[in-house]
Amino acid sequence: MPLVSFLDVQKTYRSLQGVDYPAVEHFNVEIEPGEFFCLLGPSGCGKTTVLKMLAGFEAPTAGQILMDGRPVTGASRDRGVVFQGDDSLYGWLTAVENVEFGPRMRHVGKAERRERAMRDLELVGLKGQEQKYPAELSGGMKQRIQIARVLANEPKMLLMDEPFAALDAQTRSLMQMELARIWQATRTTVLFITHDIDEAVTLGKRIGVMRAGPRSQVKGSLDEDSARTEATRWDSSACS
Amino acid sequence: MIWQLASLYLVSSVLFPPPTIVFRKGWLLVRNGVLLEHLAASLQRILAGFVAGSLLGIPIGLAMGSFRSARKLLEPYTEFLRFIPSVAMITVAVIWFGIGEASKIFLIIYTTIFIVILNTAAGVSAIAPNKIRAAQSLGATRGQIFVHVAMPATVPYILTGMRLAMGNSFTTIVAAELIAANDGLGKMLWDGRLFMLVDEIFVSLVTLGLLGFVVDRLFRWSIYTFAGKYSPAT
Repeated sequence: MPLVSFLDVQKTYRSLQGVDYPAVEHFNVEIEPGEFFCLLGPSGCGKTTVLKMLAGFEAPTAGQILMDGRPVTGASRDRGVVFQGDDSLYGWLTAVENVEFGPRMRHVGKAERRERAMRDLELVGLKGQEQKYPAELSGGMKQRIQIARVLANEPKMLLMDEPFAALDAQTRSLMQMELARIWQATRTTVLFITHDIDEAVTLGKRIGVMRAGPRSQVKGSLDEDSARTEATRWDSSACS
Repeated sequence: MIWQLASLYLVSSVLFPPPTIVFRKGWLLVRNGVLLEHLAASLQRILAGFVAGSLLGIPIGLAMGSFRSARKLLEPYTEFLRFIPSVAMITVAVIWFGIGEASKIFLIIYTTIFIVILNTAAGVSAIAPNKIRAAQSLGATRGQIFVHVAMPATVPYILTGMRLAMGNSFTTIVAAELIAANDGLGKMLWDGRLFMLVDEIFVSLVTLGLLGFVVDRLFRWSIYTFAGKYSPAT
């Protein structure tokens, strides 16, 4: 049974002029447990809309999103979100306190949650930076805190919304390798959103390709190997 | 220096005493205790009203920033009242609370509360939506989000509001003491006017400036020490 199923999901936004804009329509995707699923598409095609609906921040206009066979009705700790920018971090908490946030809200004991947080910070390569505030850390390090914060909360899956888009090219490829390593170590289900074909091919075990909106949907999904061939084909057609 | 030179050579007059004379007079008033008495009276009123006004204003501002219903209910009143200057309320305050401490403290509360409310509410609405969303998907309840995200994220705005309110409190207390008081720096100004003691007026002015400067420094220092991590910018 898939962990997550999008069943004919539709999302319509109403503009200030009162015009309906169907951002996403007939959106059907299934994500298997333990899978690293990349959703690839151009800017503005509705990728983030899909993530927001699965996270529970926004409700679909029509259709249904199921997780473990139950409809998604709101945000929950089952689905941890890594945001694109760093504005989701708590600037008044240190790195380790940020990572502890989820367990602290569940009243996990201080020693236990600290130990867990330190382990996750080490996993994302932030050993030694625990007592620093987010403002003292670089963009790449802040994204690492976000990833550790989500991991420490033990969600059933990770939702990542272009988490490396704001980083420089070098840091980005480093973070991609780190993420691949973390995924190998944890085998958490991941929905990863990106507009970068290379990133999707590097990270995704399966890739869903969305075309530009309106009425955006997944035209088909590719597994790892065929994605590589496709990407080469796109590259060569772009060059010719 | 500029003051000394200007008063000695430019506008040499009893109406503009040089600093040497003002400081000598000031020192005299410190020694006989008169200055400290007035200073203590004004400072006590400011602190009492300022603390009470902030303690009232912060929860109201938090509520207005967080809940639409609270905002809709309270905003018309705060937007109406904050445009009536506290100075204009002096007469009413004296009629209601008499000439004693209560009327002064009421005026300082009045001058403090709206600035603190406004800044606190603005701070709540300036919280990045992703901070709230992150907390939701980490499993925090609404109440926890309020206490652990909304409140700390608003601290810098609250402190800014309180700093601004402190400045206004000085204006208000002097005005109130000018009109109705038995002591305080404003009363000192008024006496100086009545008896043409220009040097005493200047002592009072310099004291006000110094007091404001010291209080603001203390405020900034305490922001830095106790809440520095909430506002890395200061």
